[in-house]
Amino acid sequence: VSHRIGPEPLDVSAPLREVEGPDCGAVVSFTGVVRASNRGKQVVALDYEAYPEMALKVFAQIEQAAAARWPGTRIAIHHRVGHCAPGVVSVVIAAASPHRADAFDACRMAIEQLKADAPIWKHEKYPDGSEWVGMGS
Amino acid sequence: MRVTVLYFAAARERAGRSSEVLELPEGATVALALEAACAAHPALRPLLDKLRFAVDQSFSPASTALREGSELALIPPVSGGVELAAAAGCESPAAGAARGRA
Repeated sequence: VSHRIGPEPLDVSAPLREVEGPDCGAVVSFTGVVRASNRGKQVVALDYEAYPEMALKVFAQIEQAAAARWPGTRIAIHHRVGHCAPGVVSVVIAAASPHRADAFDACRMAIEQLKADAPIWKHEKYPDGSEWVGMGS
Repeated sequence: MRVTVLYFAAARERAGRSSEVLELPEGATVALALEAACAAHPALRPLLDKLRFAVDQSFSPASTALREGSELALIPPVSGGVELAAAAGCESPAAGAARGRA
């Protein structure tokens, strides 16, 4: 399984192809899309900045944690960086497991863990300004 | 010894650069490197309480000793922390253990 981070548009089916196989009866995916509003403000674009080398390590740690917790589970994470307009797919995660309950749980864990620990930042652009998300303003 | 410091997002803007090499005494910790970085770029100081640190691409507390050639990254809050409390069963041991203060 390979993880990716980069400025290229994401193919939402690519991570599914990475994880699927005859040993897994369930493949679940999560697609994150740039939303046109956040906390009551109109968002005209998001610029994603990343520490890509570390982000790939975090993705691999997420995959390992999932495999340890849900045996037979594979996870693939593809994340976009750079300038993204509303509606653009910014992250796709696929989880494959022998059974569906584990695939759903693993996929949910993966996106939450990514949001907590992957060194990826959002700079939100509004009609009248911009700010880094998460700085508590 | 020489340590490479990486600045991202709000920390990059406040430092006015994305990376630099700091000359530090042998055995210097992350905390000492932060002091040097804040002395050079005072606008970083108000951010310190919000930062996590990574040494050679792993989250590390401020007490971590650096070595010649270490890569120290200042990690401002990442994009999705806000909604996490609602996500049951998704503990984040790395985040909790490594959230050191300078």
